[in-house]
Amino acid sequence: MQLIRPDINIDFMGKRNLLMLLSAALLVLSLIPLLINGGPNYGIDFSGGILVQVKFQKPTDAGAVKAALKPIGMDDSLVQRFGKVEDSEFLIRAQKPGLELAGLDQKLSQALNASYGDGFEVRRVETVGPKVGKDLREQALMAIFFALLLMAVYISGRFEAKWILSAVMAGVLVATALLTHWILATVLGLPDTLVMIAQIVIALGVTLAACWVLRLRYAMGAVVSLSHDVMITVGIYTLCGREFNLSSVAAILTVIGYSLNDTIIVYDRIRENLRKGARGVSFEQVINESVNQTLSRTILTSGTTLLVLVCLFLLGGGVIEDFALALLLGVAVGTYSSVYVASPMLLLMPQGGGVKLSLPQAAPAKPAAKPAPKPAPGPEPEEMNDDPHRPANIRRVRGRTAKVSRSKRKKH
Amino acid sequence: MPRNFTYKLTLVAVILIVAVFYLIPSLGPKLPSWWTSFLPSEQIRLGLDLQGGMHLILEVEVEKAVASSVERASQDLQRRMRDENIRASKPEANDQRQIKLNLLAESERAKFEDLVHNTMPDYKVESTRTEKEGQVAVVLGLKPEAVKSIESQAASQALETIRNRIDQFGVSEPEIVPQTGGRILVQLPGVKDPQRAIALIGKTAQLEFKLVDETVDPRSAGKGPLPAGSELAYLQSRDRGTGRVNKEPIVIRSRASMTGETITDARVQFDSQGHEPYVSVSFNSAGARQFADLTSRNVKKKLAIVLDGKVQSAPVIQEAITGGEARISGDFTLEDARDLAVVLRSGALPAPVKILEERIVGPSLGRDSINQGIISALVGGALVLLFVLVYYKLSGLAADFALILNLVLIMAALAAFQATLTLPGIAGIILTIGMAVDANVLINERIREELRLGKTPAAAVEAGYGRATVTILDANITTLITALVLFQFGTGPIKGFAVTLTIGLASSMFTAIIVTRLCFDYVIQRYRPRSLSI
Repeated sequence: MQLIRPDINIDFMGKRNLLMLLSAALLVLSLIPLLINGGPNYGIDFSGGILVQVKFQKPTDAGAVKAALKPIGMDDSLVQRFGKVEDSEFLIRAQKPGLELAGLDQKLSQALNASYGDGFEVRRVETVGPKVGKDLREQALMAIFFALLLMAVYISGRFEAKWILSAVMAGVLVATALLTHWILATVLGLPDTLVMIAQIVIALGVTLAACWVLRLRYAMGAVVSLSHDVMITVGIYTLCGREFNLSSVAAILTVIGYSLNDTIIVYDRIRENLRKGARGVSFEQVINESVNQTLSRTILTSGTTLLVLVCLFLLGGGVIEDFALALLLGVAVGTYSSVYVASPMLLLMPQGGGVKLSLPQAAPAKPAAKPAPKPAPGPEPEEMNDDPHRPANIRRVRGRTAKVSRSKRKKH
Repeated sequence: MPRNFTYKLTLVAVILIVAVFYLIPSLGPKLPSWWTSFLPSEQIRLGLDLQGGMHLILEVEVEKAVASSVERASQDLQRRMRDENIRASKPEANDQRQIKLNLLAESERAKFEDLVHNTMPDYKVESTRTEKEGQVAVVLGLKPEAVKSIESQAASQALETIRNRIDQFGVSEPEIVPQTGGRILVQLPGVKDPQRAIALIGKTAQLEFKLVDETVDPRSAGKGPLPAGSELAYLQSRDRGTGRVNKEPIVIRSRASMTGETITDARVQFDSQGHEPYVSVSFNSAGARQFADLTSRNVKKKLAIVLDGKVQSAPVIQEAITGGEARISGDFTLEDARDLAVVLRSGALPAPVKILEERIVGPSLGRDSINQGIISALVGGALVLLFVLVYYKLSGLAADFALILNLVLIMAALAAFQATLTLPGIAGIILTIGMAVDANVLINERIREELRLGKTPAAAVEAGYGRATVTILDANITTLITALVLFQFGTGPIKGFAVTLTIGLASSMFTAIIVTRLCFDYVIQRYRPRSLSI
């Protein structure tokens, strides 16, 4: 059975401007709820507060639960139905600042007891103090940032044999992050959240600029497409009215890994096809061909992954629902971006270096036409063309890969 | 058959058998004794979110331990100055870790500085200023290194005390781990009464014996000024019949005549009628002497027993108590008395602890989560197996076999490494099912491509695996990197996700690359087919 014909030849790259516009539109769409909210809808993990999951024996509604909480002054809590209507299960959530959390869960159950008697069961209580919430928020942002950074290092090391260069870049980046933190927090005295966001934006900008200057074409494509995935996933997730908690961060990190997985498979093909290096074929055509060749695999793998995630979303129960949704969105966006963001990004960087080696008659790229984010202007094209290190690097990559397949053959 | 093939087959078979042995304990309810004596008997450990329980992050308020140490030092200093005949105002501790006092005669300054130097190594004289009439204002400061050592001692003592209390509370497999910043992580799986556990862990249990100041009428104490060194407290008692709480004012000395530091044991006993439980505490020999001294000097006076600043009772001392035992009575239920005995026995916390984070999952929710997790894994897995079978026919069967083996391996590895399975962990397994197919899709698509180029089945399989393996390794390493970041960053459930994801990746590479290859090789060697069912 086949879903995709083997000789399929869709002109992905030809439509790249249109789809980059779509990406830009999606990015704006996901930024809107984030800007209105001042960030994602932080759950109590990050904002601090209390969450109580209560199951009632008799049907009731959110209004009645709120009324029951009035005597202890908690009637402004958020009360939400959880799961199916017939379960009559509710989440009670309060995260106003200055809330006294010590013993609050006991007060809540006493208040419910006054209205419902013994006809309820407290199934889950989560109390997070404001200090822990802030710590967790910082840790989460740092985790996402470091995941992106490690990916960039891995990609440039693996695809361009520039391990030392990419390690240096990582070091510079961490230093930049620390320096900007010092300037923003200590010298300018900005509030913490703003510092974190500014820091990440600056760090990403520096990463992209570094990739541009150092000609780390693949790394740049990967970082741009991963950032794209993270932002759109968080944005749509927020748009769905979901809460951002620890497991959402885990989902985002998994999406980073998964999306890069997809991207690598396409990049691997591009590299392989470049090495075959038929003359007169433009870089754009090579990319198009590679995306088409891997299309069947991309769709099949994403399809099976999405299939299990849909099962998890529908059948996994309320606790895991948000996690499954974040993964679903992320895998979908990640699949799209490996075709329409990661691959066209390779064309964005002016021709030179490695590509010149395999493709002497490479078609000139049209960098001016792209609406994609461009963090820093690169050096002049002439400057890049005479990069003396490039041919050696490429040969090294080729040599190593060839060795791997030789040793494989020997084994069997 | 090539030799290589036999080796691989043996390897796979051995791994499979070992995996099944590790998995069996988690499946059956009870194992025969001959099994447990030499075969693995560990079940898969379930996380708190699956079996129910409580997760706490506590912060020891170490700065309060420092403050009370300074307070104690100021009291000791007063006593020593009296002994040495140094005339001075009462030393006062402030919240900057300093002790301030005025020496009344400048001539005694050298003697005072000697005293500080010899008996208070943790303090240094920060400033002295000669005031009018020959008085000298002195400020003593706690040295920074002493602050640090008091703080770290308080943190480690708190950890030890909490560990003791939890051990005596009786929770199976509790986890008590110190964290950075003086925080303590406490995980109590399957705890039945979380509120009671919190009360038990969080109680400072600072026991003090304070004499009652009987020169003041407690009823008028609220209005007029109290004599120096006395304070107003309330003795609470609950009326058994009406349930009303009575608050009876009582004036007690601020200074404790004795504290609970010397307690060696505490147990629950019943009064002569046999219904009212009380806690009987025993002191060590030094404590017993101190207590005998205290009681013999104050016969017929009232002694207040104060626990964490609350007056429990204020009995009249009938006669000197020399047996080294004291009795704490109050309105205790049996449970209250038991918990009090536990906290007194395990010692006071050096500083109060604050709950920074508390997560409680009821057992019923955990059970629901397991059931829903298993159902979604089964449905999702079945759909994927079916799809692969339809799409790749016989080659799909090989991939399906690899997938099932993969699941067995993941579960067995969880049991063998005693890793904790959490709800996100189940999601990780489900996700692995989806992603494990990726490797087989990559391989099979490559084989199809090679076949289209006109290669023989054997050559196509050879080339397909060769080319795809590098890509698969590349792709999986990135997911491995995220799993490592997750493990570093995550708490309980998220760590569980990182663990299953990592195990899943490793085993899926093994099954998808080696096991399916074995299937292909077997078919090709045995039947030498002209075409492949792919």
